[in-house]
Amino acid sequence: MRYSAFQVLKEGLTGNKGWKPAWRDPEPRQHYDVIIVGGGGHGLATAHYLAKEHGITNVAVLEKGWIGSGNIGRNTTIIRSNYMLPGNEPFYELSMKLWEGLEQDFNYNAMVSQRGIVNLYHSDAQRDAYARRGNSMRLAGADSILLDEAGIRNLCPDLDYENARFPIKGGLWQPRGGTVRHDAVAWGYARGADSRGVDIIQNCEVTGFTMDNGRCVGVDTSRGRISAGKVAVCVAGSSGRVMSMAGMRLPIESHVLQAFVSEGLKPTIPGVVTFGAGHFYISQSDKGGLVFGGDIDGYNSYAQRGNLPVVEDVCEGGMAVMPMIGRARLLRSWGGIMDMSMDGSPFIDKTAVPGLYFNGGWCYGGFKATPASGWCYAHLLATDQHHDVATKLLLDRFKTGAVVDERGAGAQPNLH
Amino acid sequence: MLIDHPLLGLRDAAEFVYLGDASLINRPDPESGSAADQFYEYLHLRSNNAGEHRELWYHEQGDRSWLVVTRNTLTHNITRVELARDVAQRNASGEPA
Amino acid sequence: MDKPTHSAGINRVSEGLLDTSKPVTFIFNDRKYQGVQGDTLASALLANGQRLVGRSFKYHRPRGIITTGSEEPNALVELGVGARKEPNTRATVIELFNGLEAKSQNHKGPLSFDVMAINDRLSAFLSAGFYYKTFMWPKAFWEKLYEPIIRAAAGLGSLSGEEDPDTYDKGFLHCDLLIIGAGAAGLSAALTAGRAGQQIIIADEDFLPGGRLNLENDTIDDLSSAAWAKAAHAELQRLPNVRFMTRTTVYGAYDHGVYGAIEKRTDHLEGISDLPRQVLWRIYSKRALLAAGSTERSIAFGDNDRPGIMLAGAVRGYVNRYGVAPGKQVAIFTNNDSGWRTAHDLHQAGVQVTAVVDTRSTDAPMDIPGAYIAMDSHVVATKGRLGIQSITLSDGQMIPCDCLAVSGGWNPNVHLTCHQRGRPTWQDDIAAFVPGTDLPVGMQVIGSATGAFGLAERLQSGHAAAENVLNDAGVTFTANHAPSATSTRYSIEAFWQVPNCTGKSWIDLQNDVTSKDIKQSVQEGFKAVEHLKRYTTLGMATDQGKTANVLGLGILAEISGQSIQDTGTTIFRPPYTPVPIGAFAGRSRGKNFRPTRHTPSSQWATTHGADFVEVGMWLRAQWYALPGENHWRESVDREVTATRESVGICDVTTLGKIDIQGADAAQFLDRVYANTFSTLAIGKVRYGLMLREDGFVMDDGTTARLGDKHFVMTTTTANAVSVFRHMEFCRQCLWPDLDVHLISATEQWAQYAVAGPNARKLLSHIVDAPFDISNEGFPFMACAELNICGGTPARLFRISFSGELAFEIAVPARYGNSLMQALIDAGKPYKAVPYGTEALGVMRIEKGHAAGNELNGQTTAANLGLGRMVSTKKDCMGAVLSRRPLMNPDDPIELVGLIPIDSSFSLKAGAHFLAPDAAQILENDQGWMTSVAYSPSLQSSIGLGFITNGQQRLGETIIAADPLRGESIPVRIVSPHFVDPDGARLRV
Repeated sequence: MRYSAFQVLKEGLTGNKGWKPAWRDPEPRQHYDVIIVGGGGHGLATAHYLAKEHGITNVAVLEKGWIGSGNIGRNTTIIRSNYMLPGNEPFYELSMKLWEGLEQDFNYNAMVSQRGIVNLYHSDAQRDAYARRGNSMRLAGADSILLDEAGIRNLCPDLDYENARFPIKGGLWQPRGGTVRHDAVAWGYARGADSRGVDIIQNCEVTGFTMDNGRCVGVDTSRGRISAGKVAVCVAGSSGRVMSMAGMRLPIESHVLQAFVSEGLKPTIPGVVTFGAGHFYISQSDKGGLVFGGDIDGYNSYAQRGNLPVVEDVCEGGMAVMPMIGRARLLRSWGGIMDMSMDGSPFIDKTAVPGLYFNGGWCYGGFKATPASGWCYAHLLATDQHHDVATKLLLDRFKTGAVVDERGAGAQPNLH
Repeated sequence: MLIDHPLLGLRDAAEFVYLGDASLINRPDPESGSAADQFYEYLHLRSNNAGEHRELWYHEQGDRSWLVVTRNTLTHNITRVELARDVAQRNASGEPA
Repeated sequence: MDKPTHSAGINRVSEGLLDTSKPVTFIFNDRKYQGVQGDTLASALLANGQRLVGRSFKYHRPRGIITTGSEEPNALVELGVGARKEPNTRATVIELFNGLEAKSQNHKGPLSFDVMAINDRLSAFLSAGFYYKTFMWPKAFWEKLYEPIIRAAAGLGSLSGEEDPDTYDKGFLHCDLLIIGAGAAGLSAALTAGRAGQQIIIADEDFLPGGRLNLENDTIDDLSSAAWAKAAHAELQRLPNVRFMTRTTVYGAYDHGVYGAIEKRTDHLEGISDLPRQVLWRIYSKRALLAAGSTERSIAFGDNDRPGIMLAGAVRGYVNRYGVAPGKQVAIFTNNDSGWRTAHDLHQAGVQVTAVVDTRSTDAPMDIPGAYIAMDSHVVATKGRLGIQSITLSDGQMIPCDCLAVSGGWNPNVHLTCHQRGRPTWQDDIAAFVPGTDLPVGMQVIGSATGAFGLAERLQSGHAAAENVLNDAGVTFTANHAPSATSTRYSIEAFWQVPNCTGKSWIDLQNDVTSKDIKQSVQEGFKAVEHLKRYTTLGMATDQGKTANVLGLGILAEISGQSIQDTGTTIFRPPYTPVPIGAFAGRSRGKNFRPTRHTPSSQWATTHGADFVEVGMWLRAQWYALPGENHWRESVDREVTATRESVGICDVTTLGKIDIQGADAAQFLDRVYANTFSTLAIGKVRYGLMLREDGFVMDDGTTARLGDKHFVMTTTTANAVSVFRHMEFCRQCLWPDLDVHLISATEQWAQYAVAGPNARKLLSHIVDAPFDISNEGFPFMACAELNICGGTPARLFRISFSGELAFEIAVPARYGNSLMQALIDAGKPYKAVPYGTEALGVMRIEKGHAAGNELNGQTTAANLGLGRMVSTKKDCMGAVLSRRPLMNPDDPIELVGLIPIDSSFSLKAGAHFLAPDAAQILENDQGWMTSVAYSPSLQSSIGLGFITNGQQRLGETIIAADPLRGESIPVRIVSPHFVDPDGARLRV
């Protein structure tokens, strides 16, 4: 069923009784050309692009619970392509371009809201690093503007300019950055994939990989064995658990990241603002809630919940940069499991096992990458070649030394 | 979270800095012929257990001890806390953990 | 019936528990009202007959108060004015005080005529998820038109836009037993445990302890339940081992018995207080009893959202506690005995009950004189635009009422039991979720939070649980009985929605989610409970679905034909009720966001024109402006020139200092540094390069050997903490058998660089005889412990960051300020200047020394031109992995110097290097400028940067492209050693 203003009108006039399921609820078949393990944003995007761009439609997306139940449904909804390293920036800029055409692409309004993102700087050294980054963005065809203090005051008048412990000296602004309604991304991709014949199978947990002569030829699931030409794992947050079923250890640790939302408020925050002298970022949702977050708790965890020190640290950052939010109330906090990789960058790669592919390690930056991740993973699955913008996101890069370490923090996941 | 420091008793985890898997104690032999592979695996690959996890915490806002904490990553329950130095010496002497 | 003793409201029928001798004046929507001490804003508004208090989120439907507590979804107001304005504040928890000002929110025009209510007329087109299906065409309109309209319409109350003027405190508490909630069960538990001497904290969100004991008309130990609660409170307050915290909400259960709590300290006080407004407590408990009570839910039927339609327990609560009858003619709709209790209490209070409508087909549990009793019957519709006027029953009867009390059953408040991902269990006989078995460590649930609703059972469960805690703790105590009360009856038949209503049946009153939305959501495949929530926004309002969620689940289960247990709940997340962001930050804001570290001579610097800059937590002098200098460059150029020509003094105290001692100290350094230190002679200093285990450069600095077993290391300012941590890791975890010990001495020593051709002459004035600082006696890279200024112990290092003849001199921190003055005094003959971090930076760039911009964690020793320092003769941290093939490519980036071809141009850090005429695209990127400075020595802008194969390209001209700032400058690649490349000046 195609969505449009006309359809909404028509249904409204007839009691909204004619709406059809957004996607089918099929029984799994015995064989698929490609099985995607994980019905999160990246997995559904991969399925959508496999079908749409490569004509591969005999595809199943297997989801343990309900689709979108992972990090696509519990993030702070920010999109941006403000990266520095050549191994990253073109990838994220592709993602940004895909965001910009997404709604028309999958006929679903995910409320892509490009109200801009600004990263504040508080020292000359930070300014220099942002200048390097902003120029990398320009060279990659992205947009970036380096603002001085006056420029920031103009953009965000309500920050603390007078009494700050770390005065705001400027910021790197990406006008095309912004936010997207996160759940709708999963649902939109699900609809896009489903309408092209992809089977989205919820409540279907993968319990093992089927191997034949060292090749992965399918999966065992809670709903039986399913064979496949290729098996594509896409379960960020659970990568370690799933890949251990194939006997693999990964350059990934699982960490908890908390995020927060306030009660609904009339519009008060212009776009996305990130503090440079602490770990804090904030935006305001279309519904009015201030959506904000900060650092990971810092210890390995699969508990999907965090502790108080980080809550306080994040709010301290918020009050330091934006003391007008003091009387806004924190309504809800939540925690997601992050695949924290050894250099802060993700993986889209084949594995050592023929027929088994891996996408993961997104740290806490996976949401913005959703379209490009799906696009490049689909490309890899369809052609067995890495997409041009994803040639550095390799599993063996720690062995070769070709790390993609945006922060320069080294092989310690909780520092990225 | 609270960590039962072997010397100082219960301390808030906020006093500590986390490093990661306690296997980082077992630095490979740099003279080994396969040192390159061993170091790559030692530093980068993780079992990343969902369940019991032995991990390194540093009491930075305290006595500067490195501790090996056995903690469940699903529940955060802590079942054992040792001085990392003791663990390292035990490992070096070939005793079981 | 008690006659009201004053005029505090037309609906006041008794004194309730109020102090009616204390009238209170307040303002709502610019109109003055009267209430009394003990009122909430909600009870006072009801007492004054104000049923309409707000508008709903999406359709702007008129809404009134429906509860007495923190679960209130409707009655949200903007409280206070100016910078103290507090949006979305629940009128049901606002304690009334003289001069309180509140305004209704989320409407355009007056509250009674909100133009945004047009949305209600359009609601057929605004059903669940409508926005996902439209606003897509034409593409450009989303950004320019649709979204701005949606945004402007969204949100509830508004922030002031001003800095929050109040302060917040944080505190830490420890206890044997934390009791969360001071209702029947909580008080009973506290009495038992408190009398036995346990260290107890009991916290309750209300200002009047007692929970429902104050809202009901029960009897305990022959006292009214409210009087019993008051007596219990009084006794507990007298016990020295009990901390009784009212106005305190325990909002979250965290790991290992840690709970978060927020205490309101001044919100209820008249006028502006300079005390902290609220206090955020972190409570460390050995055990916790959750006595959080239960929350009533509604029933879905046509137009069940009109002002005047309230929860039944709240209606009798207003009568019993506040002496307020929410209506003059009250009808009741129920599926359980709670509705009947309301009928009973209202009748007792002399309030007319017009009807009791019960969905159950049993006999009426009691007789309510004057009321129309309808069993096995439903309310199918209501009338009244801004307040209910009548209800229509399933038998067609229309019954007038200005208040409808609804009860769909009671839900135990299981929230905190689920904060660690526990899941509640459905219990059929009470048609509600009760706490599951997977509770946070140390927690036990008591009272109606367990689903035991009888008063006697609640009192008993608190008492018994407290005895358990005492037994477990091995405390001896005198066994006693629980307070006595008759067991109140509670029976229910699950009933969710009245079928076939014409009007909309509202589930989530704040977010305007109706039963039709749930139906449509299921129809479209959003039938997982989390999908339902996210698609319809059910339970996402400021009350997080406290009154709506279970009703929504019941309807979802009914529609999808599965059990409620299988349907499950969404996840309960902290906080239990919303907590101000300011409270979480406490005093860590403004200048106190983080501690400020001053060096020992910061006082001297302040009085000598220093302009300070934040470097991590430190404040460092970046330059010392003289009178008449108007631009920082004037000061910096002067400082550089004076230093290079004569002598300058720089405070380098912030560099990390690590004292290293032990028989194996040298061997330890050989392992943590890439280069060798065991060969360093006593009395000598060596530059050291430190790698991370992954082979990238971690830090650099100098290390001095003061003795056979004694070294002093310096680190960069930025990495002082992380290097020390890393070295302790190496010492304790990797090489525990080495005899070596580390102490951070950063704060123990004040240290100053004395640099320039006259540095030695200057120092000769303060070095005590017979110490020889001649070039022969104390050559380049020498170090020594000595006395200065007539007996002050000091350390002297002949090292140079500036490239000049230079020394660093360290004294115990307490002498730092005096030493700075002494150095300046001794330097008078040589016109010595203090110089700051900017001049330091200029001189290090002139010398090509790498600093933070180059040592950014992404560079290898080879990138820096220091590849040969990584010893191949010994193992060290990072050696093995530094040899990984792609870290050593054939075309590495290498550190070089850059100068503009046209010296009138200024270089900018962050520019990227391209070949001349190359297009500005990523494929042509060859490197970037890391650091720049204006060199007074070269009279030109100079820079350092990394560029592919840089060392082989000296002399080549390239473009420093800076599209970000619209510049593109031809530059020449040169050696990074701009000044004195042979280092001759160092050694004189």
